[in-house]
Amino acid sequence: MDPTGQMVLANRLADGQVVFLATDGSWVEDIARGALARDAVAAQRLLADAQLAESRNVVVEPYLIDIRDAAGRRQPVAFREAIRAAGPTVRTDLEG
Amino acid sequence: MYRYDEFDHTLVAERVATFRRQVARRLSGDLSEDQFKPLRLMNGLYLQLHAYMLRVNIPYGCLSSRQLRQLAFIARRYDRNFGHFTTRQNIQYNWIKLDETPDVLAALAAVEMNAMQSSGNCVRNITADQFAGRAQDEIEDPRPWCELIRQWSILHPEFSYLPRKFKIAVSGAPQDRAAVKLHDVGLYLRPNGAGVIGFEVIVGGGQGRLPYVGHTIREWLAKEDLLSYLEAILRIYNLGGRRDNPQKARIKVQVNALGAEEFRRLVDEEWEQIRFTPQLTVPRAEIERITAYFADPAWEQLTDASATVARQRSADPAFDVWNRANVVAHRRPGYAIVNLSLKAPGIAPGDLTADQMDKVAELTDRFSLGELRVSHRQNLVFPDVQQVDLQALWQALQGVSLATPNIGTLTDIIACPGLDFCALANARAIPVAQDIGRHFTDVAALQDIGELTINISGCMNACGHHHVGHIGILGVEKNGLEFYQLTLGGSSGEDASLGDRLGRSISAAEVPVAIEAIVTRYKALREGEERFLDTYRRVGLEPFKEAVYGQNPPRRQAVA
Ligand code: SF4
Repeated sequence: MDPTGQMVLANRLADGQVVFLATDGSWVEDIARGALARDAVAAQRLLADAQLAESRNVVVEPYLIDIRDAAGRRQPVAFREAIRAAGPTVRTDLEG
Repeated sequence: MYRYDEFDHTLVAERVATFRRQVARRLSGDLSEDQFKPLRLMNGLYLQLHAYMLRVNIPYGCLSSRQLRQLAFIARRYDRNFGHFTTRQNIQYNWIKLDETPDVLAALAAVEMNAMQSSGNCVRNITADQFAGRAQDEIEDPRPWCELIRQWSILHPEFSYLPRKFKIAVSGAPQDRAAVKLHDVGLYLRPNGAGVIGFEVIVGGGQGRLPYVGHTIREWLAKEDLLSYLEAILRIYNLGGRRDNPQKARIKVQVNALGAEEFRRLVDEEWEQIRFTPQLTVPRAEIERITAYFADPAWEQLTDASATVARQRSADPAFDVWNRANVVAHRRPGYAIVNLSLKAPGIAPGDLTADQMDKVAELTDRFSLGELRVSHRQNLVFPDVQQVDLQALWQALQGVSLATPNIGTLTDIIACPGLDFCALANARAIPVAQDIGRHFTDVAALQDIGELTINISGCMNACGHHHVGHIGILGVEKNGLEFYQLTLGGSSGEDASLGDRLGRSISAAEVPVAIEAIVTRYKALREGEERFLDTYRRVGLEPFKEAVYGQNPPRRQAVA
């Protein structure tokens, strides 16, 4: 399936938590609340905002990931990013 | 055990204070990530897929109950209630926060632990035989030498920026339980022809993308020459290692490019220059001072209690099975070495929860003179258990799921964190180990199969030692899906060998089926007491290839 858009994912500097850039420039943990860029121009704008946040030491290593629609929910296309977004597939008994 | 002296305390305390300032400067923006990253790595702090990961040294695998309690405290207070023991006898925490890391390091320092040089291009944690000082087959205890090397290598000004990381392992026994030949430098304590104990020196072993078994460049080195000879090796490497290409920057590439003979010649030439440098000649008094820390503990005068244990074993088959798999003979009469398996079915290999840590610490005090060990196979060891206590210990371990009788069997799996945690991974490793663990639960069948190691890595970096598993499993990525490449015939022992690739990669779902096919074929082919590895070495790859791919080839389809 073609990606339905792109989002920016990064680690938050202070605690390393995986976060997504939201439309208001904040960083959110919930993929559903992050900004979804539907075309290349919007994606580049999102990435530029993220890099600004990186230079301001809010997040580390932001980059764009492809998102597809999975039964109405946002799902990263790449397996690695899906694990980053959802957390490890093991030790779910010990969520903190 | 070694205890910090005032220099160690000062060094570690100053390091914590320095890192606290560095973290504050990073959080305030005075340091960029590019500036900060090497600083955090020097303190063992990585940024992984989900969070920061802190790697804590457990020097040559030795741990006290007090330290383990502190590790439990850290897991509870700063992490998600668990830690992961690695193939380098370290512990890793997966959910550490940057702003809390200085507090974690301070908590470690309070129990004489640190994370210095657990990352970066420097000499890493020195590893050793987990049965050091206790094994019946041991020639000499390697721990004092490990400690000496640790002190020599920590903050060594010349060797803090090597071409790549540098790993040293030491064993004092003929049976190699420390994968010595797979290290940048491996040392075996050995007698020479005159019966004087010294070191056999092996260089250029390693795994990763370019795996090599190390070469012996010196059959015997006098103990007093150890540091000068190591200094010479490191100097030749530091000058000649491939700094231009990180993939080729390990000493193994240099040794194999030059040839072991030429490398030895360069080392000897250098060594002749520095051999008698006073700083590199360790005074006998200093060796004795360090050795005293590893003196025998307060063992009681006991007689061998094997007859009692034999009676208990014949009365209780489950206890018998656990003894056979997990208990090892001790050099002192009346004592035994006990392995605690961190490989219960369905558990991530090497993981221990905070509650388990506390319980193990309590049992360490009760049954093992307050000391335990971590093995490179990601298990724990009680080194000093009285034989008459074995049954009580076994019962207590059952209560915390640490009495799985599978040491050395195919469910005693090494697995790296893989794609569930590691930023470099191509595929997951833990779920594959869990699936195999769930597939093979019949203890009698496992013991019938006998010694068979399975090692799993989530990428070519080979932290899960897949090259030297009797069966190795390497995770690869193809078109965004996880596949697994099997190798057979690896060994990390004194007969070290690298595994041979079986054939095309298979999906995760197919792995337990393929292992079952390999095991079935082995059982059909084995002669007498042959281990899997012996049979493999006798018959080669073909019969196993046919068993896995032959009549019923695995479906080539990944389950995402
Ligand atoms: S082998 Fe690869 S995936 Fe596994 S821990 Fe090492 S770097 Fe990570």
